[in-house]
Amino acid sequence: MIQFTNVFMTYPSGNKALQNINLNINKGEMVYVSGRSGAGKSTLLKLINLIDRHTRGQIIVKGQSLERIKNNRIPIFRRNIGFIFQNHRLLNDRTIFDNVALPLVISGGNHQEVKRRVHAALDKVGLLSKINNCPVELSGGEQQRVGVARAVVHRPAVLLADEPTGNLDPALSWDMMKLFEQFNQVGVTVLIASHELDMIKHMNKRIIILDGGRILDVGDNNKNYINH
Amino acid sequence: MNQFIKTWLTQHAQAFFFSLGQYAKNPVNNILTTIVIGISLAFPAGFYVFLSNAQIVSSGWDNAVEINIFLETTIDEQQATDFAKQISKRNDIADIILIKKDKALAEYKKLSGFTDVLSVTDENPFPNVVLVKPTYKYFDESKTKRLVEELRAMPEVDNIQYDGKWINRLAKIIDIVKLVIFILSTLLAVAVLLIVGNTIRLSIYSSRNEIEITKLFGGTDSFIQRPFLYSGLWYGIFGGSIAWILVSVSMQMLSGPVNNLSILYASNFQLTGLGLINTLCLFGFAILLGLLGSWIAVKRHLCSIEPN
Ligand SMILES: Nc1ncnc2c1ncn2[C@@H]1O[C@H](COP(=O)(O)OP(=O)(O)OP(=O)(O)O)[C@@H](O)[C@H]1O
Ligand SMILES: [Mg+2]
Repeated sequence: MIQFTNVFMTYPSGNKALQNINLNINKGEMVYVSGRSGAGKSTLLKLINLIDRHTRGQIIVKGQSLERIKNNRIPIFRRNIGFIFQNHRLLNDRTIFDNVALPLVISGGNHQEVKRRVHAALDKVGLLSKINNCPVELSGGEQQRVGVARAVVHRPAVLLADEPTGNLDPALSWDMMKLFEQFNQVGVTVLIASHELDMIKHMNKRIIILDGGRILDVGDNNKNYINH
Repeated sequence: MNQFIKTWLTQHAQAFFFSLGQYAKNPVNNILTTIVIGISLAFPAGFYVFLSNAQIVSSGWDNAVEINIFLETTIDEQQATDFAKQISKRNDIADIILIKKDKALAEYKKLSGFTDVLSVTDENPFPNVVLVKPTYKYFDESKTKRLVEELRAMPEVDNIQYDGKWINRLAKIIDIVKLVIFILSTLLAVAVLLIVGNTIRLSIYSSRNEIEITKLFGGTDSFIQRPFLYSGLWYGIFGGSIAWILVSVSMQMLSGPVNNLSILYASNFQLTGLGLINTLCLFGFAILLGLLGSWIAVKRHLCSIEPN
């Protein structure tokens, strides 16, 4: 589903954020990316979503070679992907319904379908009762779950999350990870960037560890990192 | 219906009402902006109405252009008639009136009462006079000059007088006024563009978060720019309405005094308002400026907002 071959990413400032990345994430897999601050976790996700473009190598997502996608085709490509931010980034002047409906409205879904899917997504994250509230009336954890509902409402093939638990306490973080697991169980490929290694170690999923822009270790064995 | 067209229509309807909603969300700012746009548009529209009225008035005067040809006193009435016939063939002459010397004398006697003085001598001191009306409608100095030169060169002609000078001056003044109005209107149109452009620019930057998120979830540029273009449309429509109201109210206020004045001059002139065609032009122009202003803002600023 996601394949990196000898990928390099150098920012215009000259910062070598990723170097010689090779990795393969299968369809329906759930993978964590970890590493210390500045290791290149966010950069890796941003390349998959075409927020930034890699400078060398090849990335294939859902059968498409990213370097071949022209700028004006990026919007269509991104409709395959759900994205979750650390700080949820909801639109504060819209209701929860409107926030979650956004990806469907963008791709032009009909009204009945939008309504049905928004209800289903909010039900899944347990926030159906807040559908007519505004984001400011929700707690931080609830807002983050709305962000998850928005990311899955259009049934993307790939779900990317950059530090989705960054602002949550440990119990809520755990719930959040379990929520991702549920989406993964219905076939969504999930890639989560998180520095909370202690927690993700217990999720029994593959962990990719980045250090200084290189993959340090791939596998559920992360001794290298811990001893580092 | 075709799904594609359906989606397209739905999205336009959404942007249409969404932008109207945005307008209502920030009423004070938007109303102030709209009033400024309205006033800026009202000036050119008012100038235009003023000009077309001035032209109606002065075209009445233009038709009064008249060239008086005084023939040599040696020319008798038969020769004068022949002369009049000859020049009436020219295609720059519309109308000719021949005032024969006897008639001129009789009229003079009647008007002045100097019957005796003139009857001392048998000779009629008056020349035959031919009054000529040129064919062209508006006073044209070069054409009139050429006509007068050519007539003056004819042997029968003694002297020529015409009263075109002050009309000519008026025409020149109107030309200058037109130019000034054109420059002012252009500047005001640019001002409207800048006002709309700047307002849309501010609203683009205040929607930064929303634009970034929309881009991240696959919103195309046309999807994102649509509500902003519709905002420009609303500024055009509402600004145009305010301009129309301002001009109409001013015309209403002026029509009474102008009518009184034209009665004093025994004229049946009446102020002409915007009328249907000009009203449509005003709105068309206002909408065009609104759309253009927002389009420029969108093209310049939307692409600078990318998710990060
Ligand atoms: N837009 C950018 N321009 C230039 N350099 C950047 C940019 N974004 C990130 N970098 C650099 O690239 C490197 C990797 O950054 P990245 O954000 O991917 O790290 P990260 O692993 O997500 O860190 P954190 O855990 O703090 O979020 C860092 O050295 C960073 O300074
Ligand atoms: Mg990061």
